[in-house]
Order: sequence, then structure tokens, then C-alpha cells
Amino acid sequence: MFVSAASEVCSRTSMDYKELLRAGTTKEELNVPIPLMRICVHHIRSCGSVRFIKSKYMSIFDKSAFKFSHQHRLFRTSAISNGQIVQFKLSDIGEGITEVTVKEWYVKEGDSVSQFDSICEVQSDKASVTITSRYDGIIRKLHYNLDEIAYVGKPLVDIETDALKDVASEEDVVETPAVSHEEHTHQEIKGHKTLATPAVRRLAMENNIKLSEVVGTGKDNRILKEDILNYLAKQTGAILPPSPKPEIIPPLPKSETAPAAPKDKGTKIPIPISKPIVFAGKDKTEAVTGFHKAMVKTMTAALKIPHFGYCDEIDLTQLVQLREELKPLAQVRGVKLSFMPFFIKAASLGLLHYPILNASVDENCQNITYKASHNIGVAMDTEQGLIVPNVKNVQVCSVFEIASELNRLLTLGSAGQLGTNDLTGGTFTLSNIGTIGGTYAKPVILPPEVAIGALGKIQVLPRFNGNGEVFKAQIMNVSWSADHRIIDGATMARFSNLWKSYLENPASMLIDLK
Amino acid sequence: MVIPSSLKNCFQLFYVLKISAAGFKYTANRGLILQSVSSDVYQNLAVEDWIHDNMNLENRQVLFLWRNSPTVVIGRHQNPWQECNLKIMRKKNIKLARRRSGGGTVYHDLGNINFTFFTSKKKYERMENLKLVVRALKGLRPQLDVRATDRYDLLLDGNFKISGTAAKLGRTVAYHHCTLLCSADRFILSSVLKSPYKGIKSNATPSMPALVKNLFEEDPTLTCEMVMDAVAAEYARCHQIDHRITLINPADEIVFPGINNKTKELQTWEWIYGKTPKFSISTCFNMVYEQSLLEVKVDIHVKHGRIEVCNIDLPEQWLPPAMCNELEKNLIGSKFCPSETTALASALLRICPQNYELHSKWSLLCENVMTLM
Repeated sequence: MFVSAASEVCSRTSMDYKELLRAGTTKEELNVPIPLMRICVHHIRSCGSVRFIKSKYMSIFDKSAFKFSHQHRLFRTSAISNGQIVQFKLSDIGEGITEVTVKEWYVKEGDSVSQFDSICEVQSDKASVTITSRYDGIIRKLHYNLDEIAYVGKPLVDIETDALKDVASEEDVVETPAVSHEEHTHQEIKGHKTLATPAVRRLAMENNIKLSEVVGTGKDNRILKEDILNYLAKQTGAILPPSPKPEIIPPLPKSETAPAAPKDKGTKIPIPISKPIVFAGKDKTEAVTGFHKAMVKTMTAALKIPHFGYCDEIDLTQLVQLREELKPLAQVRGVKLSFMPFFIKAASLGLLHYPILNASVDENCQNITYKASHNIGVAMDTEQGLIVPNVKNVQVCSVFEIASELNRLLTLGSAGQLGTNDLTGGTFTLSNIGTIGGTYAKPVILPPEVAIGALGKIQVLPRFNGNGEVFKAQIMNVSWSADHRIIDGATMARFSNLWKSYLENPASMLIDLK
Repeated sequence: MVIPSSLKNCFQLFYVLKISAAGFKYTANRGLILQSVSSDVYQNLAVEDWIHDNMNLENRQVLFLWRNSPTVVIGRHQNPWQECNLKIMRKKNIKLARRRSGGGTVYHDLGNINFTFFTSKKKYERMENLKLVVRALKGLRPQLDVRATDRYDLLLDGNFKISGTAAKLGRTVAYHHCTLLCSADRFILSSVLKSPYKGIKSNATPSMPALVKNLFEEDPTLTCEMVMDAVAAEYARCHQIDHRITLINPADEIVFPGINNKTKELQTWEWIYGKTPKFSISTCFNMVYEQSLLEVKVDIHVKHGRIEVCNIDLPEQWLPPAMCNELEKNLIGSKFCPSETTALASALLRICPQNYELHSKWSLLCENVMTLM
């Protein structure tokens, strides 16, 4: 009967009977003679044991050949197979070292590893050693916890693997390919070694494939078995119809990849098979923590404020000229002069006339507090994200003082060294998004403030002057947002007009400067 | 001509460099001496990574010479909070780097030379390398009292450490690198290598503090260039290779494909701070608020550089418990880093009740908690 035939064959090949039945993961390669395969497959079918045996011959075919047939619902590909558990021992590290400390695990129980993947990092006497796997398989047990002492020659991890062939020898001779055919010595691609396990190299050689022509999709562009199979599938160019029986079909690829023999002359042109586009990217989920979590809270609170927007364009032609004249003066004093100090000072002058824009309301909007200090915040883009340091008491600062304070804040900001004092206490904010780009924006008010302005980039545009002539104007757009519970459109518009007039005609700032 | 694949591997790269020497191709087979033109620690560490990952060192050895601008370099499994004064380093713009080899913390500046000896794993032999350095120094100045200890340090005059060692072993390649103090700034060295942080409990590899001295102090005529040259000459003699130092640019993607990615990785927060083994800080500090002294107890657990557990014990009712809880809750998951904490604390203040007293207490507490970072 089947059972006795199978066991007889198994004993001939000295494999454990149960193992033969159990063998088989999708990564598997079982070098079993064909007649034995047939017997075993039939036995499995009749037993209902659900393992899919793949021989290297069968693997050429699309797995779908076996999936859709009614008779074969018993066959499942399962990653959780009961393969052989190998104890991977800690190999000799050199210099007579016998024990090391385990410092970091790169894998955990249940992870699947490929040969040459990093398993852990151990340390011995100032030497840090990366231990890599000798096997393909699944990690079943870690023998040590972090900071425990591991011993050379004793088991480090248990790996479940089935292919005894996929083992790298103790001597690690895997660097030199087992094959010395001419095409297989060209293993280098641009100074890199082509990474592939001996099993993969053998598969390639047997199918006359040059490793340099195969695109590796494994870690470090390593060529995996799947890559060879995909390459072969491309070569055969045919998707085979599902066959009713899992028959062991003789190695087709060899005959098909053989150079086109003369007798093939006159056959039809092969139909190009469209390869399904495989996108290997994966979604990545991570928790929102730290500063971003705080931003979530702040912005949620901000959007409870009813915003209204008001936009305008400012002609900065005169200011541009003025800044050019003043830049060297500031430079002499060691300060870089940008446009922001002017924008900030003009805003403060405007706030003197419209103090409600420099106010704060309590939670239920029952009380308004008119803030005496104009602490004008400047939005800054840093490594953390958006932070808003503020210049304190702008109402008593000169343009130069504002410029030097801005310099200080910018330097600290880019070094990540701003203190809480610089980041809190703001009463009004300007965001110069134009340095990155854009014209109009819809800024979000930062509580507990009630207004915010976003400045677009300065563009050179044609405009008409008083005489009806076209001239080159330096135009910047401003977009204000304000809390509509206490600020109305008219107030915002008048403030904006005043701010605009100071900037379009900088000399007018002189009259109101304190 | 059939070029053996092992040679082809990386030495095509060096054909790009204009080196004309009849013997070069022959001896390149057995050894190379490289020197970096960069003083950026991350670029130089990336060169080590690149050689480790890409070169076939079965029958070949490489010596790499490099120097860095002021940097503190910690070992693979160390805790920077335990090893150095991050506050001074931030103020003085001294960089922090984590190397891939083990061992302790060192300070690099242009007066310190780094030597990396690359070999196959089988030929990994640290003592031989150190003896080579000692021979080179003695060859330069026979009266120098330099010797190697069994801890792989080099001592000057029997007492002063002038060199520390660390190593990295991979699957087939190993490297051993060591420092050599020629004319480093000892004042800065001792101030940055002393940690001000208290109450740290950690299993990270600790450093062994030692008295140090510069070679320059023993003999002012010595310069870094002379020492590098002497070691290179001795290396060439030992391995019977050309005494020719090849200058390399660690930013060159053509010669070192993929190196800029390695450089970037070494600069990430996740590598430098995030690779710190789990540790906890349990300490207390005093705050002065309006003429009263307050004691605050803090217990923070940090894993992968981020706060996992955070307990702050304040005097009763000094701050509304809800606010204190808010701070603790938001710190969890946040990087153990003063700039992240400042940004976080300031953002949270926006949604707290707007009360001057509360705000100033909160700011005071946060500033103090930040001093632990």
C-alpha cells in the first residue's frame, strides 16, 4: 500500500518518515527523487495532511496551478511548518575569546530570517561583533536575554529550517561560489559583491542564468530564489493552465531557455505577457508622540476659534530700496537685516491703534484681556517642526533691536536651543511662509492669541502708478486670520490698511515711532 | 587580461584615482593605506562602514588614517548621558557620534589621530597592530617610553594613556581602530568627558577614566603628520606593500557608491541617541520659587532614546495635579531631548488656563526637568 511503499522509500533515503510528510514551506527545496515524490504526494493526498511539497522542478510553475483545483483544497502553503529545529551555536570570535555579552537582539521569536541576516550584536572586551545567521528559517528561541553572558560553542538561537543544504559551512566559504563556470565568476556589480546563497547560485547555474542579469529584491540587493524564479518565468513567457493532478513535470525551463534551435524557425511570435506590477512598499504606522502630540492638542483648540480671513497686497518697492541702504549699516553692527524687523515694527505700531488684536479671551469668551506688551511671534520651521519664538516688548524696541533679537532667536532655533521663555508669552504672530513660497494662505490662530498674519513671497509684478504708467513693483500678499468672536472685519481691515501704509511708505513710520 | 574577481571588487575604484606606479597593481593585491581628506566624523565613520561592507579582505589588509574636528565619540553600546557632558558640548558646538565598534568614550580633535586596521576576520589581531604603532613611534623617537597594555591601551611613561582601542567584527571582515593623542586639547577633553547627570541606572558599557597626556607634551617637535607617516611606513614595511598613502574623499559617491547614505544614517537622532540601551534616571533637584525652596523628585525611564515612564513628584498642590499629569502624559513617547521637551512644554502652555503664576511655575518646572537631559 501507499504507506509501506512510502516508508520503504523513506528508509532508503534515510529520511525520517514523518519529516518527509511534514516537509515543505514555500521557501523550500527538497532534493527528492521523482518516484519518491509521486508516492509521497499521493500518500499525503490520501491522508489529508496539508503540506505542499515543492520540488525545484515544480516551482517553475505558477502556484495558481495548484490553488484553484477543487481536488486540492487539502493543499495549503503554510509558513508554520514543523521543520527541523537547528541550534545555531555562537561561533568562534577569535583571540581566544570564550564569552561575550549580548547587547542587542535584531530578531525576536517568530521572525523569519534569511542566511546572512543580522541576528544580534554581542560585545567582548571593546569589540562589538555582529552575529549573522547561517540558515534560512524562523527564529524559535532566543537563548539569552539582553546583557546576559553568551558562551562560544553553546547555542545562541534555535532556528527552524528544513533545508540541510542551505546551511553555510563553519568555515564560511560562501564568498567563493561553488561553481567556477565563466559566467558565474562575474559576480560583481559596480564593485559590490552579488549576494546570493549557495542554493540560489546553484539554481541559477543549473538554469544557465547569469546572476548579473537578475535583479535582486532581497536585503542589500541580494538575489533570492524568488528572483531567479521570476526571471525564469519571464524567459518561459507562459502561464501554464491549472493541471488536475500535481504531477511532477520534468524540468521544462532547460529546454525552453536553450538558445533557439534552427528548427524553431517559422514559429509564431511569442505574445508579450504583461507582468503584474508588484509594488513592494508597505504602510507604516507609528504613534503620534512628543511635540507632535502637543501640536495636535494646540491645533484642536485653535480650530474651536471661529476664524475669518482678510487678505491684501502690499507694494514694497520703497521698503526694498530702504532695506538695501540700511543692510550695510546693520552688517557693521554685526546684525543681518531682513524684512521681518520692518514687518514686526509696523505691526506693533498698528496694534497701538487697534489693541483688540493684541488681546486674549478666556475659555468661555467671557473676559477679554488687552495685553500691554507686544510680544510678536515669528513662526520658525525647525527639525522639531513649527515653533514660534517671540520678540518681547516690540512696542519699545527699535527696528535694529528687533533685528538683532531675531538673529539670536534664529541661531538658537536652528541649534535646537530655544528656551521656554523665548517660546511662551506671545500675543500676536507673523508667519513668513513666503520664504518657502506661496502667495495667499489661511493661517490658523495660535491660542491664546486672537490674530495671525501670513506673509507671502515678494514678487516683481507690473502695476500702474499715479500717472497711469506701468512700472515694476515689488508685491507681497498678506493673509490675516482673526477671532470673529471679538474682532470684526472692519477692525481687521483698518489695521491691515495702517500696517500696509507704514510699509508702502516707510518714512511715515518715523512720525509714530516711539 | 583576466582580472581576478577579488581585485576587481573594489580596486577598479582606485584606478579612478590618478596613481601611477608600476608596482601599484601588484601590491594593491595585498594592502592599502588610505587617508581621509575630511575632518567630519560622520563621513569618516561611514568610510569604515563602507570598507567593512564592501571590500573583500580575504587576502588583503587596509590601514585607514583619519582625524576629526572636535567630537565626542561613544561606543556602540554606550549611554551618552552617562559618558559625557552634553550641555557643554551643545554650547561649544562639539559634535556627538556613536561608532559601530564597542569600547568606551573618547574625545577627538585635530590633534588626535585615528588608525583603523582592516583585516579578514581570521587575521584579526589587535596586539600586533598596537605593537606596530609602538614600533613606529619608537622608530621616530627612540627615547619615547610607549608600551601597550593587556587592555589594549597605549601608555606613555607608564602612567598616561595616549591611545584607546575598539573593534568591530562582522561576518567575514573585522576592524580594529585606535586613537592616538598627539596635540589634543586636554582641557576640553576632561571637561566634556565628565557627565554631570546624576541618578542614571544603566547596563550600558561604562568607560574607564584615565589620566591622559599628549605625545606633543613629551616631545614638542612631533606633529600629527610625522606620526601618521611613521605608522604608514611601518605598516607598509610589515605587509610588504607600497608605502604610498592614498588620499580619499569620503563624500565621493563614485569611488564609494552608497557612502552618503551611510553618512546620513550615522547622523540620525535614532542612531546617536536612539541606540542607547534602556536606562532610568531617578533623582531629585531643588527649585526656588518666590523665596521658597521646593524639592522635586523625578523618575524617568528611557528606551530607544524616548521616555517610556515619567513620574514627577512635586510638593503638594504647588501645581494643579491635572497640569502635572498633562506634562507627564505628554512626555511619554517624546524624545529624551531638551529641545523636544521645550517645544512640547511651550505648545502645551497654549491650552492651559492663562494665569501668570501657573505659567511661570510650569516654565520653571520644565526648565528644571530639561537640565536632566
